[in-house]
Amino acid sequence: MKKLFCSTLALCAALSLILTGCGSSGSGENGEVVVYNWGEYIDPETITMFEEETGIKVVYDEFETNEVMYPKVEAGATAYDVICPSDYMIQKMIDNDLLAEINFDNIPNAKNIGQQYFEQSKEFDPDNKYSVPYCFGTVGILYNKTMVDEPVDSWSILWDDKYADNILMQDSVRDAFMVALKLNGYSMNSLDENELEAAKNSLIEQKPLVQAYVIDQVRDKMIGNEAAIGVIYSGEAIYTQRENPDLEYVIPKEGTNVWIDSWVIPKNAPNKENAEKFIDFMCREDIALMNFEYITYSTPNVAAQALIEDEDIKNSKIAFPDLSQYDNLETFHYLGEEGDELYNNLWKEVKAQ
Amino acid sequence: MNSTKKKLLGTPYFIWSAIFIVVPLCMVFYYGLTDKSGAFTMENILSIATPEHSKALWLALLLSLISTVICLLLAYPLAMILCKMNVNQHSFIVLIFILPMWMNFLLRTLAWQTLLEKTGVINSILTFLHLPTLNIINTPYAIVLGMVYNFLPFMVLPIYNALSKIDVNVINAARDLGANELQVFLKVTLPLTVPGIISGITMVFIPALTTFVISNLLGGSKILLIGNVVEQEFTQASNWHLGSGLSIVLMLFIILNMVISAVFDKDGEGSVL
Repeated sequence: MKKLFCSTLALCAALSLILTGCGSSGSGENGEVVVYNWGEYIDPETITMFEEETGIKVVYDEFETNEVMYPKVEAGATAYDVICPSDYMIQKMIDNDLLAEINFDNIPNAKNIGQQYFEQSKEFDPDNKYSVPYCFGTVGILYNKTMVDEPVDSWSILWDDKYADNILMQDSVRDAFMVALKLNGYSMNSLDENELEAAKNSLIEQKPLVQAYVIDQVRDKMIGNEAAIGVIYSGEAIYTQRENPDLEYVIPKEGTNVWIDSWVIPKNAPNKENAEKFIDFMCREDIALMNFEYITYSTPNVAAQALIEDEDIKNSKIAFPDLSQYDNLETFHYLGEEGDELYNNLWKEVKAQ
Repeated sequence: MNSTKKKLLGTPYFIWSAIFIVVPLCMVFYYGLTDKSGAFTMENILSIATPEHSKALWLALLLSLISTVICLLLAYPLAMILCKMNVNQHSFIVLIFILPMWMNFLLRTLAWQTLLEKTGVINSILTFLHLPTLNIINTPYAIVLGMVYNFLPFMVLPIYNALSKIDVNVINAARDLGANELQVFLKVTLPLTVPGIISGITMVFIPALTTFVISNLLGGSKILLIGNVVEQEFTQASNWHLGSGLSIVLMLFIILNMVISAVFDKDGEGSVL
């Protein structure tokens, strides 16, 4: 047994040597930066440009939901340098002391980001110390004009029997409950048990009409005419319209979620300086423009907005909506561990129906 | 070879099983039997009794049972046909059977999604031929189809293996003694292939019971199986304790299944290869 233990130890030591060896030989002349971003959320060309200009090697990793990202960062198994979570998740990370303050002196290009977006960021990052906005948008209804006759302006269409088996809902707790809470006229950050119960009952009532609960697949299914109505992020809406002109996006009158995804630097980041260089690079107007054109999610970079050549996109109500006309828009807040658990349990009840 | 040498040769295997089997299992048990503060609790395991969890477990048991029965009904005749062919032909057919398994399981399931969708390949052909369309996507039927499709080879191979081991003389003797085809099958062939059948059932039932990918992709996330509950506890709710507790409950079913198969298959005759 002792022998076994020794050989295990030897093997582990050898393995770690090999692994670290790979790490150092693989990095660029000026070190590396480990980026953790949403899937398909950057123009890969910009990463190559960053590597060429700075000599810093980018190690790039992707996640599908905030909830998947969080435990990995919290466990610290991989030390990321730059992450791009959404609003409420940034708040949770700040609350749990996972983020490092960003030195804005190292990010001169942050001036390109519109002041209103920093204002909005105060909802989750009160002093604008931890985050630099990367993308923003709304959540709304995407519908197919050939399949829906009536004007769409309310979440209630997602409860209309006429469209049974033609409705796509978001398969994530907060987004699904946002729709139901807003439909019932409540805040999407509600922790009131009666309000949540009402929202849950609405979702259960809606379930027989729903074709499927999906995340990224809404896009492909709507383009392929699989469904008439879907709940979608505004950034995807521009892309889907490009592929299928019959699709139209609306922000429902009951209000919706205005979200921001921002760059943050975790506390255990091994390459904080490189991380700030990376964020600064992403804030440069030409890079922000490239990313916007590639991923079609609205950029808060006003300098880049001014550079958009296509007038239709530049004035697009979807990409850059005039949000002042709505008075019931909200941003997700972190609800605490108990709040999360409450939502998750209610969602499980909906799913188990 | 002396025994020390044998032990040395086994070392990589011991290390492998320690790192990838024993350690993860211990972690599952640790998480499953503790709460967030690290104190011992049975709550995670007992939560299987909540209506949502027991419904998901019941549904998973039902669907995997149906799939296993369908697999068995399809696989047995197929294995018999394969067995009766001469050597060259049958290796070709076995190859055809195993070939799809070279492709990634996820891709094959996604392909079924594309085939079954409302405007998918199958329905486009049906509409073109003016036939009624097939609407099983996002229903339990699609999940059963996905399970049967993905796990059928695991049923065919052990049964085929058991069949091919039967001595032809045994069957000839039965015929000599006046048994007709049906009697030969019921009294000789079938009892001799029981180990293969049991092994096939284990290999189909267990993955079917614990799957979450098939129910997510072909069920449109509308049908919650116990595998989905566990997956969501880990990825969305980040409640590893509850997820592990439910996994332990699932393990009980798997152990039960394996005990049954061990009783029937004492000599390991029903192994896949």
